[in-house]
Amino acid sequence: MLKTPSTPFEKVNQTPPQATVARLEGVRFRWKPKGPLVLDIEKLEVHRGEKVFIKGPSGSGKSTLLSLIAGVVVPEAGQVQLGEIDVTKLSGARRDALRADFVGFIFQMFNLIPYLSVLENVTLPLAFSKEREAKVKAQGETAGEAKRLLGRLGLSPDLQARSVTDLSIGQQQRVAAARALLGGPPLLIADEPTSALDFDTREAFIKLLFEECERADMTLLFVSHDGTLERLFDRSLDLKTLNRAATL
Amino acid sequence: MNLLKLTLKSMLNRLGTTLLTVAVIAISVVLLLGVEKVRTEARASFANTISGTDLIVGARSGGVQLLLYSVFRIGNATNNITWDSYQEVAAHPNVAWTVPISLGDSHQGFRVVGTSEAYFEHYRYGRERSLSFAVGTPFEVVYDVVLGADVAAELEYTLGEEIVIAHGTGEVSLLDHSDKPFTVVGILNKTGTPVDRSLHVPLEGIEAIHIDWSGGVPIPSRQLSAEETLTRDLTPGAITAFLVGVKSKPGIFRLQRDINDYRREPLLAVLPGVALQELWGLMGVAERALLIVSGFVVLSGLVGMLSSILSSLNERRREMAILRSVGARPWHIFALLTGEALIFTLIGCLLGLGILYGALFLFRPWVEQTYGLFLSITPPSRYDLTLLALILGAGFVMGLVPAYRAYRNSLADGMTVRV
Repeated sequence: MLKTPSTPFEKVNQTPPQATVARLEGVRFRWKPKGPLVLDIEKLEVHRGEKVFIKGPSGSGKSTLLSLIAGVVVPEAGQVQLGEIDVTKLSGARRDALRADFVGFIFQMFNLIPYLSVLENVTLPLAFSKEREAKVKAQGETAGEAKRLLGRLGLSPDLQARSVTDLSIGQQQRVAAARALLGGPPLLIADEPTSALDFDTREAFIKLLFEECERADMTLLFVSHDGTLERLFDRSLDLKTLNRAATL
Repeated sequence: MNLLKLTLKSMLNRLGTTLLTVAVIAISVVLLLGVEKVRTEARASFANTISGTDLIVGARSGGVQLLLYSVFRIGNATNNITWDSYQEVAAHPNVAWTVPISLGDSHQGFRVVGTSEAYFEHYRYGRERSLSFAVGTPFEVVYDVVLGADVAAELEYTLGEEIVIAHGTGEVSLLDHSDKPFTVVGILNKTGTPVDRSLHVPLEGIEAIHIDWSGGVPIPSRQLSAEETLTRDLTPGAITAFLVGVKSKPGIFRLQRDINDYRREPLLAVLPGVALQELWGLMGVAERALLIVSGFVVLSGLVGMLSSILSSLNERRREMAILRSVGARPWHIFALLTGEALIFTLIGCLLGLGILYGALFLFRPWVEQTYGLFLSITPPSRYDLTLLALILGAGFVMGLVPAYRAYRNSLADGMTVRV
């Protein structure tokens, strides 16, 4: 069985509405010690309940920014805070544990593990996060909650029973969204989740995400190069101006 | 969902390669343990075949060869020894008893041994165990035959059955001695030695069926009926070999030298124990070579597994990244892959054991019939288990390589794998 080191996030979920969920300050990052500076951000704050759009073409440091926020990498200088916790001060294992409890991910594509069923894919994070598991259990049965989420995201029971490889890209993204939402992690990071979808489905998908985030009191950080979507969000940031080390 | 389940599902997802990998390991395990099994059983069965005999005497050739054809009924004698020489040695003051052996005929692939009643009295196997009768008695008249346990069992012969002996030792014989059938008068108990696969007839019987033969073929003009033959002198002209028991053990070497220096005919006397040792010496080289070869087969099986896991790593990079994104720690990824290698090896070992025992069960009669080697079905020995543990250990160590690579990948890729 998997063990998750307990992490003190109860605090995070009880903070007042305007509390920050993610905060970067004076962050500088390069992949190799003597390589070029990839990211140089003076300040970035995401507040609880916000739906933030981060616009950035490729090369602007999008992926690096997400890796930093998720605690996969640590900056050479500056502070990265998830909730109240300074990620840069944690050990690798603690950062992993923090990520498991705190962040849900949706990738651009290939979000699902092909050999697991739809339901197993959705409930996968619970194997690595006791906290998210406990949250789901508090609401009832795990499979029931997963099915409810899938249903709300527009996947009929018939589709839920299919092999994930038989689903369309749009359907796969919904499964990925359900996985990211299950157990209500405080922060949902979506990395170009709609770029494989056509325009109409794109908006519908984002609206569904919004609804579910509001229901579960989650904060959404949405990264895309597609500026046409930014009007849907509370706030939009341009990584080109945010990141002083952007090469474009 | 725990790690083990995840590993198994992932392996099942690649069922084709998984099966092949497991099969390769299983085959190598079968080979390694099979070689080991044959080696120990061959030693045990050889060592148990003869005891209580002080010297084996035959025409001059090699000691091992003499041992093989006279006792193990493997191969053929280069030459016979004359009856006179046999009588002379038998009359030696230090000779307590002799058992003559005359080979060259067969029945349905089983060797026929011409001998005397002394065979049933003096032949010993295992730890000084003598032959005993399941039913019947030793042969008394010329056309009596005593069957080994396996002969009776396989050919379903009972007392009173009339059988025909074929000329030569092949399975299929074009010439037989159908004019002079033998009657089964006794069936021996099982011994686990070549005796089980032999038919025993009196020396006179061997002489009788060849009396109207010359140069290995029957001579039409000189045909004698079974009854007519009995009126002739049936003292054999030659025998193949004989076993000797001595009166005084310290005199063995003296007797051996006397026989080896026998002027009238080139004879060879060997001590069974010494000949067996010589045989070990010969087999030892082959045994070691086989063991080394099968060791390498196991190694190549494991390297095959390594390469199959390594080659799956690239296509699974995305899988690892997803796992990391949902909160799997690097050590989970590490455990996933070492676990996979261990499961591969474990299933391979178990399947190999299964195949080995299945094959033992299936091929035992055939091996026994063809090679006279009795393979007992026993649980894996301590040495076998050590070998299996070594294979498992090696599999685990092999698993560390892809695990470390995946671990490094997952650290470097983080959340953002570009497929």
